[in-house]
Formats: sequence, C-alpha cells, structure tokens
Amino acid sequence: MTRLLPYPLLALSLFLMWLLLNGVSAGQLLLGAAVAFGATWAMRALDPSKPRIRRWRVAAILFAGVFVDIIKSNFDAARIILLRSGRARPALVHVPLALRDPTGLAVLACILTCMPGTAWIEYNATSRELLMHVLDAEAEEYWGDLVKQRYERPLREIFE
Amino acid sequence: MMNAAGLPLWAALLTSFFLLLGATVTLIGCIGLIRLRTFYERIHAPTMGTSLGAGSIVLASIIFFSVLDSRPVLHEVLIAVFVTVTTPVTLMLLSRAALYRDHTDDSRKLPRSRDQD
Repeated sequence: MTRLLPYPLLALSLFLMWLLLNGVSAGQLLLGAAVAFGATWAMRALDPSKPRIRRWRVAAILFAGVFVDIIKSNFDAARIILLRSGRARPALVHVPLALRDPTGLAVLACILTCMPGTAWIEYNATSRELLMHVLDAEAEEYWGDLVKQRYERPLREIFE
Repeated sequence: MMNAAGLPLWAALLTSFFLLLGATVTLIGCIGLIRLRTFYERIHAPTMGTSLGAGSIVLASIIFFSVLDSRPVLHEVLIAVFVTVTTPVTLMLLSRAALYRDHTDDSRKLPRSRDQD
C-alpha cells in the first residue's frame, strides 16, 4: 500500500479536491484518481515530510473547538474595534512549546493566525519558544494556558 | 438555472443573513485596520475578514447554489481551506519584518528574545 501510494493523505485530498471542482460522475472519479495518483508520485521527487495523524477523533474535536473559538474571537475583536473604550491591552506573549512536530507547528500557526485575537509572530526553534501577539491580554498566563491546554496538547496527541 | 426568484424564502433569508454577516465582519475588520494604532494591533483586524467574514460568505454561496441547483455545491469549501492555509505565510512574513525593524530600532517596547540577552 505504501509502496503503491507513497502519500495516501495527499492523494486523498487531491482526489476530493478534483471531485469538488468537477462534480461526481464515473468519468470524473476515474480521472480524479489518475490525477491524484500521478501527482502523488510526482511529489515523491520533492520528498516532503510525511505527517501521520494518529488520532482522528482528537483531530475532529480540536477542529470543532477551533471553529467555535474563531467565532468567539471574531466577536471579541469586533467589540474592541467598535467600542473605543473597549479595553484593549495588546501585548506580546512568550509561550514555551513542547510540540516539536513540524506539521503540528504549522497547524498551530494556522489556528493562531485564523483567530483575530491572536497572531503568530515568531517561533524560535532553538529555545522552542513561540512569540505571539494578542489583542487583549487578560493575563499572560491566560493566553499561555489557552495555547498549551487547548491546542498544543491535542496537537501533540495527533502528531507525536 | 440562475433564476434567483425561484429561491424559496427560507433559503433566501439564510443566504442574506450569512452574506450580510460576512460583509459586516469584513467591514469591521477594515475599520479596525484604520482605528488600531500599532502595527502589531493592526495585523489582527484583517484576520476577521479572512476567518468569519470569508467563512460566512462562502456559506451563503453554498446555500444559494445548492438550493438553486437542488444538489450539493461544495467547491466553495476549497476557498475557505486555501485562505486558511495561506494567510499564516504572509502574516508571518509581515510580522517578522516588523519585529526585525523594531529590534534594529532598539525599541524598548519589545520584549527581547531570550537568545539575544
């Protein structure tokens, strides 16, 4: 299986994307499978890192949690912008991370970037410390705990 | 096929709701870009447009075309996926450039990176 299809997740994503763009029919199923297969083999030349999702259940829960958090964060940011008296206390926050997997870090970057309340600024791979900017710093520990408990722990379970 | 008048009322209401929500959220994000003061605060504002703003408009489009064609039209999901995956790249580029500038300016506002102490 791995020899035939070196990157099964990539192939599956390409296949689904093909079907979403072109509609589902017997011909498109066949063509999509061929494209996914060919593109996956072409990717082999680049030798990308191969993430392994160990726990799909945790991933689904994390995804749902992030979805809710993004909506909440949008309304918080809107309040800060619209009410001039909105108590915005922007701050740069250092968060030490235990997460090492590059894919996990990339997903964490996507999550933090997607939320209007937080922005990923810099990750120092040597000290393994993340510098992020928050729009409304309730307390430095609050954001540190949020990232570590809510996102980092499930990400470590999924990827490490 | 593109006859919007054939849309049932509930679908029209849902579509309008999400379209207006997305547009409003994006507008607030743009206002934030003007209102907030420092660069680091400003990078938060446009994110509203790329997260909830884009998401709502995508959802409105999915509802509108799915109901009109009486089949699921889901390719808009790809827009949301690619926007989500690509924004960190530009955002990190901008924020790290700003961080570099502020470090060279020797700004006292910044917490110093631990490796520079």
